[in-house]
Amino acid sequence: MPSPEQWTHPEPGAGPAAEAAQPTPEQVIAGLRATNEGGPELTQLLTPEGERLSSSVFDRYVADIDSEALRGLYRDMVLVRRADRESNAMQRQGQLGIWVPLLGQEAAQIGSGRALKSGDMAFPSYREHGVAYTRGVDFKELIGIFRCTDHSGWDFKKHGFHPYTIVIGNQVLNATGYAMGQKFEGKVGDDDGEATIVYFGDGATSQGDVHEGFVWAAVYDAPVVFFCQNNQWAISEPTERQSRLPLYQRARGYGFPGIRVDGNDVLACLAVSRWALEECRHGNGPVLIEAFTYRMDAHTTTDDPTRYRLSDELEEWKLKDPIERVRAYLARGGGADQAFFDQVQADADAFAAELREYVFSMADPPPSRIFDNVYADPSPVLDAQREEFLSYLDGFATAGEH
Amino acid sequence: MTASVKSTVDAAKNDIQKLTIGKALNLGLRTAMEADDKVIVMGEDVGKLGGVFRITDGLQKDFGEQRVLDTPLAESGIIGTAVGLAVRGFRPVCEIQFEGFIFPGFDQIVSQVAKLHYRTQGKVKVPLVIRVPFGGGIGAVEHHSESPESLFAHVPGLKVVSCSNAVDAYWMIQQAIASDDPVLFFEPKRLYHSGALRAEVDPTATPGPLFASRVLRTGTTATVVAYGPSVKVALDAATAAEEDGHSLEVIDLRTLSPLDLGPVFDSVRRTGRLVALSEAPGESSLTSEIATRVQQECFYSLEAPVLRVTGFDTPYPPAKLEEHYLPDLDRVLDAVDRSLAW
Repeated sequence: MPSPEQWTHPEPGAGPAAEAAQPTPEQVIAGLRATNEGGPELTQLLTPEGERLSSSVFDRYVADIDSEALRGLYRDMVLVRRADRESNAMQRQGQLGIWVPLLGQEAAQIGSGRALKSGDMAFPSYREHGVAYTRGVDFKELIGIFRCTDHSGWDFKKHGFHPYTIVIGNQVLNATGYAMGQKFEGKVGDDDGEATIVYFGDGATSQGDVHEGFVWAAVYDAPVVFFCQNNQWAISEPTERQSRLPLYQRARGYGFPGIRVDGNDVLACLAVSRWALEECRHGNGPVLIEAFTYRMDAHTTTDDPTRYRLSDELEEWKLKDPIERVRAYLARGGGADQAFFDQVQADADAFAAELREYVFSMADPPPSRIFDNVYADPSPVLDAQREEFLSYLDGFATAGEH
Repeated sequence: MTASVKSTVDAAKNDIQKLTIGKALNLGLRTAMEADDKVIVMGEDVGKLGGVFRITDGLQKDFGEQRVLDTPLAESGIIGTAVGLAVRGFRPVCEIQFEGFIFPGFDQIVSQVAKLHYRTQGKVKVPLVIRVPFGGGIGAVEHHSESPESLFAHVPGLKVVSCSNAVDAYWMIQQAIASDDPVLFFEPKRLYHSGALRAEVDPTATPGPLFASRVLRTGTTATVVAYGPSVKVALDAATAAEEDGHSLEVIDLRTLSPLDLGPVFDSVRRTGRLVALSEAPGESSLTSEIATRVQQECFYSLEAPVLRVTGFDTPYPPAKLEEHYLPDLDRVLDAVDRSLAW
């Protein structure tokens, strides 16, 4: 299997840089795609077959993850997948305006989310339903976005989970600024320090805001973990449309560490995220993590992946399912029995049923909501518009009474 | 802050001073930073250099590098990180060097700064000020003389103001910083250092509201409404008109979003005539909005259509042509004459 090592990276004084710096397009694609296994630098603790790999660097970050804790991570992933599938189905039934599936990315989200402490802040993009779950944001709190009754309903301070950001890459700068604030307030320096994590995709790495976020974070030593979920596709554009280099290697150009982790390995995602967050808490940030994963469904319910990718690719990634490998590991090692798996499935079904029932009973917001909270302080212009429009609506109510 | 800095600020605050607009902004920023240690100034060159116009002169020396940030060179980065800082509880004041460079930050301003409060049903506040030196008349190369304020006034969630004199500069910058809403603060760059516009700033006075327009000169023949650098043009035109026996009322808009047109309506009801003045291109602009709303509110009081004196609907021209592009007092007087001849 080809790998990124097939072509060399240009080093100062290492020979004809022009030659070294120009791999053929085939090499570039091979380097990224081979990645079949994520390439030689992929950090992995649990193989797709459910075999535990040891790591001299990262084992200590998951030393506390015994069978019970691993069962908890398994349960997390099964529940968010079940809620994700239910939401996808509800969109198909016309109950949701759109859904953004996370299928296949459960390990990246649960692993990194469970690495966070209460004082940390997470800045999501718009697919981070699993991270939201780990931060205590109920699916019912975020479903309004997709039911189109709300833009963002949860209390971001209470949960340490910023509102979703739809515009690609904007949140990377916002998170970096937030992390700068943590540093300015002296909240870094020891184990009790605070950190920020920001989520974005492989497509976002082409955005200027992500580049600027990297620059600012480096210049101000901001305690921010850049968590890139490389799910291989930015809607229909593959990763090789975004980069010649594996994405984690970009960090080097900004002067901070970059690491590629198996994004379908919840244990590795937890360990690497804990390491990166610890670096930030101690004032050694920022860090870039590339979670090498795969979006097993559409970008959103509006696109059709069969138009732009082959079914073989999906079938191949199904073999690397993030949930199945934990199940295999637990079952093989006696960490869980069939009764546990059955109970988790039952819990997930109940979780989804409760969500469905909630969605079906959601009321539309009142028309006055249009005008609420545009500004923190009153705006006379808007107040007049609100009054006029509500009075106009009242006219219909009066007419109907006759 | 060190004791010596505090005594300097106190000394400055206790004296009624004749200040230029630039110095008044500097003192206003200094006072706001002293009052609240969450106020931070950030932008390109705002530290050691004191900003390209020296508006932040001396602030880094007195408040330190963590409260006056010399940032990397990228406007989206300045504004995008300021959003995060504001969410964290800081009150950032961003400086954009020239209005023509704000567009790389436009996405952050429109997508995040303006909408976070609304999207979160008020749970996230963005108490952010973006200072924008704007307007022409300084003989600069392109991208240094534009008037893009209408673009921002069009965006719900932003408040947009512009000062035209030193007293307002001193108070309005502090009020903008104290506002829990994001404020775009447009500064008349060609008037920054005008000695003729030095004015007495009394730090012990009680300022009027930030989001309110103000009648600067009363008159009976016609009303001229303007903002920012155009206010001086309007006042000069009013002085010149006196020689022709015309009495012009001049209103400084001050707040571009929300528009406070009450004083304009009152004035037009008395004078019957309105000239709306701005350097910006006229099409789909603030002057368009003013004309529309005055027509709606004062239809039976108008003796003539609302006339506009604006920049042309072209990109800002090479500076050797700006004297023709920028509305001057003669174009204002011509508009007044046309209104009177109706």
